[in-house]
Amino acid sequence: MTAAGLGLPGGPEPQAAAGGDGPGDGPKPGDRLDHWITLEADGSATLHTGKVEIGQGLHVALAQLVADELGLPFERVRVAPVDTDDSPDEGITAGSRSMEETGLGIHRVAAEVRVALLAAAAVRLGVPAAELALAGGEVRAADGRAIACTDLASDGLLGRAFTGTAAPRPPAQRRVIGTSVGRPDLFGKVTGGRVYIQDLELPGMLHGRAVRPPGPNATLGAIDDAALRALPGVVAVTRDGRFLGVVAEREEQALAALERARRSAGWDAGPDIPSIADPRYLVAAESAETVARERSDPAALAGAVTRLDAEFTRPFIAHAAIAPSCAVAVLEGGRYTVWAHSQGIFRLRNELAKVLGVPTDAVRVIHAQGPGVYGHNGSDDVALDAALLARAVPGRPVRVQWMRDDEFAWEPFGTAMVVRLSAALDGSGRVVDWQHDGWGHGSGTRPSMAARPGVASLLAARHLAEPLAGAPPQVSGDLRNATPPYDVPNQRIAGHFVRSAPLRTSSLRGLGAHLNVFAVESLMDELAGVAGVDPVEFRLRHLEDERARAVIRAAADLAGWVPGERGDGERGRGMGYARYKDSSAYAAVVIEVEAGTEIRVSRAWAAIDAGMIVSPDGLRNQSEGGIVQAISFTLHEAVRTEGPRVATRGWETYRVLRFSEAPTIEVALLDQPTQPPLGAGEAFTGPVAAAIGNAIWSALGVRVRDLPLTRERVVAAIG
Amino acid sequence: MNLGDDLPGMDPEAPVFEVVAFAVNGRRASVVVDPRTPLLYVLRNDLGLKGTRFGCGTGQCGTCTVMVDGRPQASCELPVSAVAGRHVTTVEGLASGDRLDPLQQAFIDEGAGQCGYCLSGILVSAAALLESNPQPTDQEVRAALDGHICRCGAHTRIVRAVRRAAEGARA
Repeated sequence: MTAAGLGLPGGPEPQAAAGGDGPGDGPKPGDRLDHWITLEADGSATLHTGKVEIGQGLHVALAQLVADELGLPFERVRVAPVDTDDSPDEGITAGSRSMEETGLGIHRVAAEVRVALLAAAAVRLGVPAAELALAGGEVRAADGRAIACTDLASDGLLGRAFTGTAAPRPPAQRRVIGTSVGRPDLFGKVTGGRVYIQDLELPGMLHGRAVRPPGPNATLGAIDDAALRALPGVVAVTRDGRFLGVVAEREEQALAALERARRSAGWDAGPDIPSIADPRYLVAAESAETVARERSDPAALAGAVTRLDAEFTRPFIAHAAIAPSCAVAVLEGGRYTVWAHSQGIFRLRNELAKVLGVPTDAVRVIHAQGPGVYGHNGSDDVALDAALLARAVPGRPVRVQWMRDDEFAWEPFGTAMVVRLSAALDGSGRVVDWQHDGWGHGSGTRPSMAARPGVASLLAARHLAEPLAGAPPQVSGDLRNATPPYDVPNQRIAGHFVRSAPLRTSSLRGLGAHLNVFAVESLMDELAGVAGVDPVEFRLRHLEDERARAVIRAAADLAGWVPGERGDGERGRGMGYARYKDSSAYAAVVIEVEAGTEIRVSRAWAAIDAGMIVSPDGLRNQSEGGIVQAISFTLHEAVRTEGPRVATRGWETYRVLRFSEAPTIEVALLDQPTQPPLGAGEAFTGPVAAAIGNAIWSALGVRVRDLPLTRERVVAAIG
Repeated sequence: MNLGDDLPGMDPEAPVFEVVAFAVNGRRASVVVDPRTPLLYVLRNDLGLKGTRFGCGTGQCGTCTVMVDGRPQASCELPVSAVAGRHVTTVEGLASGDRLDPLQQAFIDEGAGQCGYCLSGILVSAAALLESNPQPTDQEVRAALDGHICRCGAHTRIVRAVRRAAEGARA
C-alpha cells in the first residue's frame, strides 16, 4: 500500500491542508508500529500522535480506535503528550483531516499490532492464531492459557514496519468504536482543574506582556524604558524594532507596566487601513486568476432559457476564541522550551528557530491545551512573544497572555470575499450552466515546514528591527466548495486572488466554504423557484451521489419538510447542503428563522454522514457546535476598522451568538460502518449560512446576499 | 482602586502592599498584595485556584465569574480589597469534598462542553441561579447565562445540563 492508499479509496484526493504543505498526515508504510502505539507493563496501551486536542474530542476518538482493535476498555488507552522531542510529526491539526488521515491510519496500525500479537502468541502457545482471543492486555487460548501482551512485545515485536495490510475488526466485532464513551477531559473542566496552558505554573515563572502597536502600520519612536523598569516588580523591558515587551514578577505588575507602556510609548499610527466596510473593494483590486474547474457541453448550453446572476459578499471574520492566546517559554542552556497551544508544534518549532536565529534542535515545543481556536488564530504568534521575552531573562520561565483587544486586533482573520454567480436553466428545469467568480485574500498563513528564507508566519517577526515578511496566503482556500456539488454540464469556476490585503488573513473554520456554499445553495433555491420545483426535490434531481441524497432526505425528514412549503411572513424554513471540500463529511440542514424585532434562528434539523462513526456523541457535539458557530458568523459577525487601527477590540464591538439566541438543534447521524471516517468539524459552516438565507427568503420573500444577515439589511431589502 | 490614588502626594503606581482577608470556598484566605489587584489574579496566582479563568479582563464574557456573598460577579475587574471580609465561591467550591455538585455531574453526563474554557464561569452562574430559582425554565436558564460567551457552540447542551441538574434535585 502506498501513502496515497491511506487516503480515501475511490474518492477524490484530499485537498492540501489549510496552510498545509506536504503529504497527508498519519502513519505511513515503513513507520515502526511502536512509533505510534506502545504497550505498557500494566497491560494498557499508549497512542503517540502529533495531532493535538483543541477541545474537539479528537484524542477520545483516536483512543477508541486503538482500544477497539486491542480489546481494551477505552480507559486503558492513553494518549501521550504531544511534544516535538517525542511525538510523530503530523504537520497541523486542521482542515477536518485528523480522522480521515490519522484516524484511518491509527486504526490500521492498531490492527497490525493485534495481528502481530496474535501471531506471536500462536507460536508460543502452539495454537492457531484464529483460535486465540486478544482482550484486556493478554492473548488467551480456549484452554485458559494466556500470555501478557507486554511479554509478547518484549522482544521488539512492535519494532517492525507498518505495512497497512492488516484489516481492522469488522463492524460486528467492534466493541468501543461507535459507542459514546464520554469526554474524560470534562471532569477537570467542570471542577476548575489545571487544564489549560493558561494554568501552567513553573518554579520562578515570570509574567510577560507584548505591547502591541496601535495598528498594523504603526511605528515606534521613543520609549522611556527606564521609567518602565522602575515600576514595581518589573524585571525586564525588551525592545527590538517595534516589538516591545515587559516582564514582571507578578501578573498584575506586568499589566500595570503594559498600561504604562501603551500610554507612554511614542507610536506613530501610520497610514489608514484601506476601507473594508464593503468587500466589493476586492473586485476592483489587482488579482490573479485560478480556474478550479472548466467543463463544456455546447449542446446542453444551447438549451438554456433562463439565466440568473447574483453577487454575494462576506466581511472579515474573527476566530474570536473565548480567551486570548497564551504561551510559556524558558531559555536554559542555550535551548528554548516553549509550551504552546499551537495546531502545528513542529512547524512552530521550525519558525521559532528561524526567527530566534538558532538551530531547529535548540527549540522544543510542547503542546498544552488552550481554548478552542477554529483555525489559525494567535496561538502560534504568542509563542514567539514568549520566546522573545524569555530571551531577555535566561533561566526563568515567562508566561505571556495576550490581552483581549490584542487577540481581536492581531489575530489573522478569515478573509473578506465576494462571489459572483451566473447560472442557467433549460426548458425542463435542469441547470445547464454554472459560472463562478470569487475574490478573496486567501488563507493558510500558518507556520510552514517549507524553508522560506526571509518569511515567517509569526506576528512579532514582522515587528523586529530586521523584520521578516509575513507568510504569503494560499489561494486554494477561497475556492473551497466553490464548485457546485450538482450535476451541471457547463461550468467555469474561477478564483481571483487579491494578494495585497488590508489585514492579515489565515484559515478560519470552513475557509471559503462559508461564502461559497452560501452562494451556491442560495442560487439553487432561486433556480428551484424559477423552475417551479420544491428546493429539496430540485437538489435531489441534480445529485447522483447516494450519500448526498441520503443526508438531504434525512434532514428534510427530520424537519418534517413539506414539499412546496412557504413561510408566513414571520417564520420560514430553508435548506443548505454541501460535502465539505468535496471529500469530507456530507451535511444537510434545515433552518427555521423567526423574523421579528431581530432575525433569529429558532430551530435546526441536521443530518451528517461522516463515514464510520467512531464517537457518536463526539460527532453530534461537533455538529451542534459547528451549527451554532455558523449561525453566529452568518447573523452577526464582521471585523471593523477605523483609520489606522482595527476597531474590533472586544465583545461589545464584535457580537457573537448568545445563550438567549441559541436554537434547538436535532442532528441525525448516518453511520457508514464499512467506510473510512470523514472529517466533520467544518461540515456545517456553509450549509447553515445558506439555509438561513433561504429561510429568510421563505419567511419574507427577500434575498439578502451580503453577510452578515442583519436585521438592518433584511429591512432594507424589504424596502 | 480604593487606596493610594486619593492620598495627596502619593504615586498611584508606587508599590502598595496590604493584608487582605476574606473567605474562599468556606476557608479563610489572607494575602499580602496591592489591594487594587483584581480578585482574578489573587485567586489564580496567590491562592492557586486556577479554575477561575481569564477571558477578557473587562467583564464582558463571563469566563471569570465567581460568587461574592452568593451573587455572581466578574472577578477580572473587581479589586481584591472589595471582597475583604466577604465570602467568595469559585468553581472549585461547588463540589463537596469528593462529591461533585449535581450541576457538575449533569455537565459531564450531557457532554456539555467542547474546549470547556467557559464552563467555570457558567457553572458558577448556574449554581447561583439554582440557589435562587431551583426549577428554572429553559428561558430563565438562557437569561441567567446570557452574559456568558461560549465560542464552541455548546449552548444547547449547557442549557440542557442545567435543567437536568434542576430536575435531578427535584426527583
